Amino acid sequence: MSDLDIRESVINGGLGQSPVRPDGVAKAEGSYEFSSDLSADNMLIGKTLRSPHQHARIIRIDTSDASAMTGVHRIITAEDVPGKATYGLIASDQPVFASDVVRYIGEPVAAVVADDEEICSRALEAIVVEYEPLTPLIDARLALDTDTPPIHPDGNVIREQNVICGDTTVIGDIVVEDHYTIGMQDQAFLGLESALAIPDADGAGVECHVATQWLHEDLGQVAACLDLPESSVRLVLGGVGGAFGGREDISLQVHVCLLALATGRPVKMHYSRSESFLGHVHRHPAQIWMRHHATKEGKLVKVEAEFVFDGGAYASTSSAVLVNAVTHAQGPYRCENAEVRGVAVRTNNLPCGAMRGFGVVQACFAHERQMDLLAHACGLDPIEIRRRNAMSTGDKLITGQVVESVAPVLQIIEGLERMPFPDDGNDVETHPYHRPGGAGNTTRASDVRRGVGYGVAIKNLMYSEAFDDYSTARCTLRDGVVTLKFATAEVGQGFITIAPQIARTTLGLEDVALESIDTGVGSAGSTSASRQTWMSGGAVEAACLKVRQLIFEHVASSTGSDPFALVIEGDSIVNTATGERQLMSEVVKGLEFDEEVEFRHRPTVPLDENGQGACHTAFAFVGHRAIVDVDVELGLVRVVEVSTVQDVGRALNPLSVTGQIEGGIAQGLGLALMEEIVQQDGRIMNPSFTDYLIPTIADMPPVVAELIEIPDPQAPMGAKGVGEPPTISSTPAIIAAIQDAVNQFGAGRSHLTRVPIRPSDITEALNSTRRD
Amino acid sequence: MTSKSDERHFELSINGNRHRVTDSYPGESLLTVLRDRLGLTGSKGACEEGECGSCSVLLDGNLVCSCLVLAASVTNCSVVTVEGLGGSTDVQTAFVESGAIQCGFCSPGLIMAATNLLERTPEPTVDEIREGLAGNLCRCTGYGRIIDAVQVVVQQRKNGRS
Repeated sequence: MSDLDIRESVINGGLGQSPVRPDGVAKAEGSYEFSSDLSADNMLIGKTLRSPHQHARIIRIDTSDASAMTGVHRIITAEDVPGKATYGLIASDQPVFASDVVRYIGEPVAAVVADDEEICSRALEAIVVEYEPLTPLIDARLALDTDTPPIHPDGNVIREQNVICGDTTVIGDIVVEDHYTIGMQDQAFLGLESALAIPDADGAGVECHVATQWLHEDLGQVAACLDLPESSVRLVLGGVGGAFGGREDISLQVHVCLLALATGRPVKMHYSRSESFLGHVHRHPAQIWMRHHATKEGKLVKVEAEFVFDGGAYASTSSAVLVNAVTHAQGPYRCENAEVRGVAVRTNNLPCGAMRGFGVVQACFAHERQMDLLAHACGLDPIEIRRRNAMSTGDKLITGQVVESVAPVLQIIEGLERMPFPDDGNDVETHPYHRPGGAGNTTRASDVRRGVGYGVAIKNLMYSEAFDDYSTARCTLRDGVVTLKFATAEVGQGFITIAPQIARTTLGLEDVALESIDTGVGSAGSTSASRQTWMSGGAVEAACLKVRQLIFEHVASSTGSDPFALVIEGDSIVNTATGERQLMSEVVKGLEFDEEVEFRHRPTVPLDENGQGACHTAFAFVGHRAIVDVDVELGLVRVVEVSTVQDVGRALNPLSVTGQIEGGIAQGLGLALMEEIVQQDGRIMNPSFTDYLIPTIADMPPVVAELIEIPDPQAPMGAKGVGEPPTISSTPAIIAAIQDAVNQFGAGRSHLTRVPIRPSDITEALNSTRRD
Repeated sequence: MTSKSDERHFELSINGNRHRVTDSYPGESLLTVLRDRLGLTGSKGACEEGECGSCSVLLDGNLVCSCLVLAASVTNCSVVTVEGLGGSTDVQTAFVESGAIQCGFCSPGLIMAATNLLERTPEPTVDEIREGLAGNLCRCTGYGRIIDAVQVVVQQRKNGRS
């Protein structure tokens, strides 16, 4: 009997099942405490003063009038930061408060703490800041110009990274190229940034309850700015209302702790929606050029690309996002030759960093639009061009890294091809509600065309480039109950559901409890990069396996049996030599074990100057087919259905996997059709849910999902991360479907190259012809 | 004769109980009063302008965004918040069991909206579910499991389980 078979034997709530979320009932009845719901006796409220300028020198800050207001307790500025003046995830380049120069509209300049929010708002208005405006750097391409003055002491270029491989002089029989634009997307998690900081009674430390993705990274950055030892700062996960990358960077953590320590009272800060748009990093807007070379038969021979990522005022994770983009430029296709150039720069726009898909979203949009161009030029259909180039396990990437992960790209493409088409009888004729633009009924059925498009993607899992990526978990067995402790941020994805599943299946015990998620145990790393099932799941499994080994040794010594003959089967321990079987709940009576494990994935290496090196840990693959109805007259789109085939390794919790797939596709649809932070002179023109649109239930089509479950030998329990892939190729699939609809009005229509696509992009494509 | 501060006192009827509101600024929304003055934090705020539906409550049986309601204007109304549903209605249970909840921030509002939809339209079509819940944003689920949860309730009620 193999270990895998054992895991698949039955225990209630074990792996492969879909037990309900442990926090589900509390969330449904409204009793679950999100960070914004927290309060404490004697609590004060804090609020941030932000720069109204894109780029300006601070001449003077006068807080005297504001400080004198009744109900105002303290106002703090850069002068009041006792420790490190800056923070940041990769480079520590972002000031806690701007002191000499502000570099984007919305940069924190001061913070006030007062009796309530209203008094805070009035105090903020009473703070006088005198600025001397400086010329802002707005255009990312200008940032590359050596004549452009640096807007930051670290310079305007955050990172340049090329990937050069094979023979770059090769010219294909068929060459296609275009320029692509990706707009700035917001994570738009519903639970706004918030935190409650409670100072220690002696004022020597602080406890901060915060909605974050990575408690220990926050801990290090916060303690350094507070000039406190890490042991004097405790971070506790406040209920997190979604994250999607937007909580990986510090937002209000340092501010709220400073205010609590300054007043000696609990302080709460929470952002409004408009402040949230300023308070966290966004998906990088990108300008991408790509040129694909292929044989007449449509086999890729070379990919050329140039990426310019606008990182905004501070570095955040821009350098890692860029690496993801340039190393994924080929997509899930074999290609031996490449010349890819990439740069991430500083501008006086909003800082950008992590968002679901992390650089690969931008690369995939461009390479999938290119594959469609190539298909057209080769006289092939979109499925066939992808089939001919599909990579598989053992192929070498343009970085020289060999794909060791299971790579079922061909199965994904053929799975998409087999997907039935929806049988809705093209009901735009009969149901106005189903017309593009909805029930407003402005669409004439005669203007509607149905299009079909495809997108396929490769996505790295976990952290890259030699980062020491690990997660910690502790497994305690006492009184027959398994208790798990980890610092893994639960942001909605459901790690708190699968962690007990892992313990149940590994130990054969149903009763699993979870301890508070805080910095009372080692780091779990971030809830990002599709990594927690692999990393924290791997840590939980490893800790449980250690406890299981101790149980086996105890049983073996007390019964004189061979510990290697013992296995867990469902809720029982089985001696495979004798066939003897006993309930685990009986066996563990009176036993106490406590094991903690740090789990690491295999090491990776940094890229060299030519972008060579096995920089990524593992890969997952996915494909999407979108069906859209397009009103070509008005440029309106209705997505009729999205089908997907996703490589998941193994679905540890099928319902959670479905949730990730459907939710990820919704965000991909949002980027395709509606989501963009529009900036004018660095000011956000749409910082609200009235003007920044995210898909509603009326926008989201049915999703048909097929899982490819080939357990990955390198992945704990065979399971790959599933969170990011759904967001990546759904976007180009939708744009390809719109292109297909537009093309039905005759050959030679313009290639669609921008997301989010705007109605005018569609009508202009219809009215113009291709440039090349 | 009432003092100036007394004039700012008002009472609200919430989940069948009278609540005296004493420390509210004039002009505060029902959402702010529920959350910050009365400690009823089940209703959530994610946009404060009526777009996201996270703050949905029933006002005399009608679904409203509590962020758009002036608290002091509804002293004669009956307010039902998510706390007033009792915790284990069939809609709440179906949301939990169908995977309609991830981060859960939108869940109280969506559960109020779904509860109200099923009162008005006991057997909604998928289009009617979409129309009925279109005022509630969810960023995590992509809505598929939410539609499923509503359909589960419809089926259970038809089968006599409620």
